[in-house]
Amino acid sequence: MFPEIIDTRPLRRAVDDSLNWVVRNWGGAFEAAAHPLLMLLKSIENLLIATPWWLIIAILVGIAWLSTRNWKLPAVVFVALLFLGVMDLWNDAMTTMALMIAATLTAIVISIPVGVWMSRSLNVRKAITPILDLMQTLPSFVYLIPTVMIFGPGKIPALIATIVYASPPLVRLTDLGLRSVDPAVMEASRAFGTNPRQRLLGVQIPLALPTILAGVNQTTMMALSMVVIASMIGAGGLGYQVLQGIGRLEVSRGLFAGLGIVALAIIFDRVTQSFGKQLQARIGLAEAR
Amino acid sequence: MNATDTLPNKTVAAPATAPAITPDRDLAIAMRGVTKIFGDDPQNALSLLQSGRSKSEVQAETNHVVGLDNVSLDIAKGQIFVVMGLSGSGKSTLIRHVNRLIEPTAGEIIVNGKDVLKMSLDELRTYRRTQVAMVFQKFGLMPHRSVIDNVAYGLEVRGVDTKTRLREAAKWIEIVGLSGYEQSQPRQLSGGQQQRVGLARALAMDTDIILMDEAFSALDPLIRSGMQDQLIELQKSLGKTILFITHDFDEALKIGDRIAVLKDGALQQEGKPEDIVLRPANEHIEEFVREVNKARAIHVRSIMDRGEFDPCEASVSKDSRCEDVLPMFAEHQWVGVLDADGHQIGRITLKQVIKALARYTPQPAETPPTLG
Repeated sequence: MFPEIIDTRPLRRAVDDSLNWVVRNWGGAFEAAAHPLLMLLKSIENLLIATPWWLIIAILVGIAWLSTRNWKLPAVVFVALLFLGVMDLWNDAMTTMALMIAATLTAIVISIPVGVWMSRSLNVRKAITPILDLMQTLPSFVYLIPTVMIFGPGKIPALIATIVYASPPLVRLTDLGLRSVDPAVMEASRAFGTNPRQRLLGVQIPLALPTILAGVNQTTMMALSMVVIASMIGAGGLGYQVLQGIGRLEVSRGLFAGLGIVALAIIFDRVTQSFGKQLQARIGLAEAR
Repeated sequence: MNATDTLPNKTVAAPATAPAITPDRDLAIAMRGVTKIFGDDPQNALSLLQSGRSKSEVQAETNHVVGLDNVSLDIAKGQIFVVMGLSGSGKSTLIRHVNRLIEPTAGEIIVNGKDVLKMSLDELRTYRRTQVAMVFQKFGLMPHRSVIDNVAYGLEVRGVDTKTRLREAAKWIEIVGLSGYEQSQPRQLSGGQQQRVGLARALAMDTDIILMDEAFSALDPLIRSGMQDQLIELQKSLGKTILFITHDFDEALKIGDRIAVLKDGALQQEGKPEDIVLRPANEHIEEFVREVNKARAIHVRSIMDRGEFDPCEASVSKDSRCEDVLPMFAEHQWVGVLDADGHQIGRITLKQVIKALARYTPQPAETPPTLG
């Protein structure tokens, strides 16, 4: 036994009490603050569900074609979407897709500026890196429960948990991408009298875009991997079907809903990757790496 | 021609506290006592250096690297000024001080009469946008922009409208011989072509001063020679001040109006190419000179007897070099040297040429001419 050096019970109690205090006094304020997030998620979800299935298939297949300019990826996307429809998972898939898209959009808005900030200052990087590590490794239930206590079960805590889990790779890859821009190019830009904003928007971000897009790809994948946990607190969607399958020992339900998540993952992974490759080829990094 | 041009040879032993610069209209760039020390606490290392320690002693004691050690240079307008040195001699550090990509630890830098180090960030940007352009060893082209957008980059930063800057860019692309490549991506071009883009990008800025940091070092010999010829041509027609960095002594001799030699961050010698070839200031420079084709480096005018002589049967212009005059000695004892108008300004003998080409051994009795 490790000897008891200090009594940790007061500390634990303090943490628990302060959370309760926050829930009692600030719960409403937090909920109001998170309302825009909920609106974003709701409107995406409503839009996806209201759109006829054939139009969604057409749009996604079209995007897939744009990203590769050949028929293979569009065919894969088509089959994956058909699977979701045939297996009676369409509406659940749209709910899950909405959660993923809302989380990814929010993550992009938050992570890219943070990544830019990190790339500018060593101290900021030193401060933020451990936070990112924490966000990625802390078991999600640990922060899921306080969020549920504050916001109540439903879509908001699910979305927040997904954002917390899915943002770090985008922050890291934005930082990495910006820092690995060829110093010779940056110096040339400086020598021509650019200000920091011109360098960021005109040189760094365009050249780091393939790396940033790889981060977006990672974020979508991690957001999808959170759907089962998110559905435990009321996110619904494919994750909920998996949960029900487990609960009722209906292997088939869990299996098909699980495969549905995989189908979504394949669609978004391949499409974002292809866009990344296209960009890389355009700025000529494909050969250099 | 100006005062610095007639200064034949200057062995540098600059005092620790260099005198302040008095603005000189003919000077494009003036540096006084510029010292750069890389490290966290440069002031401490600086005082050690100023108390007479060497670069390696300072490095051993403080772990600070001396980039430049009390360098003073006068670069007159309209000339190609070459700074030569081996890698690690501080020449790339030196050129980056002119547009303040690197801040000096001590010293003064005056460009076109303005103190670069006293500029605010905003003034510095304006200065970079309008007065100095730079060409880089590794080209520094933007891989996501087409050739024409790369050439127009400096003008874009300056705020020139799209139509004007594309017209200017197209003009300079044609001058450097890249017509037809306007819409290509830089990676589709060869190294030589990419450096032409870099050169066009600097020239399109139409600044009085162009900084060239080992601009031709990454190119293969034939292309390099072609680029050197083109640079000399351009300089003749445009009259720019070009500060050119190289590690190649032959290149320095070919394009330089004046040459400064750096070693360990300190200036070793500064002068006209033939002064350095004929009177190397120390062993380090002598080593370079030994490898050089002196017959090509030395002009006849710098070794001839000046004065009134009877007209010689054979004659050459004052711009010719020893290798041009050598074959004439098969038939003639004296060869006359003519100025641009065809008047004989002096004569030269085989003995003088041989003496100039022979290996230099320092003679203690010889005192270098003083600043007049």
